[in-house]
Amino acid sequence: MTTEGLALSVSMAVAAGLVGCFAVMRRMTLAGDALSHVALPGIGVALALHVHPVFGAAAMLFFGALLVWALEERTRLATETTIGVVFSAALAIGSMLTKGDDLIEALFGAPGSIGRSEIVFGIVAAAVVIAFVALARNRLIVALVSPDVARTAGIDVRRLDLLYLQTFALSIALGLRYLGVLLMGALIIIPAATAKRVARDLTSMLTAAVAVAVTSTLFGSYLAASLHRDSGPLIVAVAAACFLVSAVLPGRV
Amino acid sequence: MLTVHHLSVRFGRTVVLNDVNFSVERGRALAILGPNAAGKTVLFRALIGAIPYEGTVRWGTDARIGYVPQKLDLERDVPITGVDFLRARAAVERSRTRTRSRRDREASVWRALDLVGVPRAAAFQPIGILSGGQFQRLLVAFALVGDPNVLLLDEPTAGVDEPGQERLNELVRRLQQEQGLTVLFISHELSVVYRYATDVLCLGRGRVCLGPPQSVLTPALLHEMYGTPVDYHVHDH
Repeated sequence: MTTEGLALSVSMAVAAGLVGCFAVMRRMTLAGDALSHVALPGIGVALALHVHPVFGAAAMLFFGALLVWALEERTRLATETTIGVVFSAALAIGSMLTKGDDLIEALFGAPGSIGRSEIVFGIVAAAVVIAFVALARNRLIVALVSPDVARTAGIDVRRLDLLYLQTFALSIALGLRYLGVLLMGALIIIPAATAKRVARDLTSMLTAAVAVAVTSTLFGSYLAASLHRDSGPLIVAVAAACFLVSAVLPGRV
Repeated sequence: MLTVHHLSVRFGRTVVLNDVNFSVERGRALAILGPNAAGKTVLFRALIGAIPYEGTVRWGTDARIGYVPQKLDLERDVPITGVDFLRARAAVERSRTRTRSRRDREASVWRALDLVGVPRAAAFQPIGILSGGQFQRLLVAFALVGDPNVLLLDEPTAGVDEPGQERLNELVRRLQQEQGLTVLFISHELSVVYRYATDVLCLGRGRVCLGPPQSVLTPALLHEMYGTPVDYHVHDH
């Protein structure tokens, strides 16, 4: 892997680990999963129009985040149900619009050679995600404890929710090329779920999630190179192995 | 500090609050009393602007509200400590109003913990490990970190053991009487209302009453409000 490719995959992993922590704590893992599938029709449309698939995916993700945000207004059960419908529908429409190899690439990623502009876009986007988590961390925590309390502290909870979802969507868009729609969702959720098992305070959770995401990305890419396999599935397999270890460990660190 | 005119809240076709009027002067302690489903928590949520309502709610221009909710919609197994929560709250306060130094913020966290009597060792534990009483006191500390001059407490002593209740009630009374905080609290316990409230607002069964506890809480009214005779007697001090 080139130095630039390495920088891109590490920054992507850091962003995924950080965003995932709040997704896991906000109990929105399903919403996150649904959101990642929304990218699929966007990729299909972009390919049909001969536009770069990342732009189609990013546009659809932006729209998907708005949709999930609007749906969150309703009751919890209704949201989960509706999101289930939304993501199945996105998958169906996406697979109708995208054919054969393109579909497999969109779902599981296809690293191949990555252009300089794509690397720059990726690193900037990862920096935006990381900066958002660093700046909004305290507001996100207060809103997590109680949206009502957050309101009395002058936090615009609805706006914060939307910003968070957009950041989540941006993280998905980041990993599309490497990991694809299915696997990027996993790289966001699995390290955070592992961290939640082992950490006992916020800082250690964020640190552990980033560590698991980066380790999985690096070790998975290394395995892929030595075994001559695609990197995406191996990255997620390493992350899942970390989670399994944390699940059988007795306690928190 | 607070003036409420013709406040009504509807959820769909159900009228939860109908034409509630009251005002609270600075430094008073208003108890909100009423049977289950009378809309007590709904009233609080309307007061902080968390739900839509009809009518007017006017806070004093300098009101800084500390809200202690009754229930949290939060998984208790998140790896977040009490100190994480309080630090986050202190940092949010800083970015909203004035710049407080890091040391100031830290000091406000420890002061709040000391006030509510949560030991520091417990505050460094993940919140899921805390007992119900400690968690409740942590929520009060969370409100205090914002340096409020109004406290809204939704059954703050629910699930707290007897000495803990006493301590919390005394703390609130001290904040009200010595530091001049305005306090609004929801309670089911008439003895607490008699001891700590300067005014009472009762909700429920279609009627609203307002006034000092001694004149408002007549046996007839309590019977009417709760539907069953309530056993109590008034001490003359």
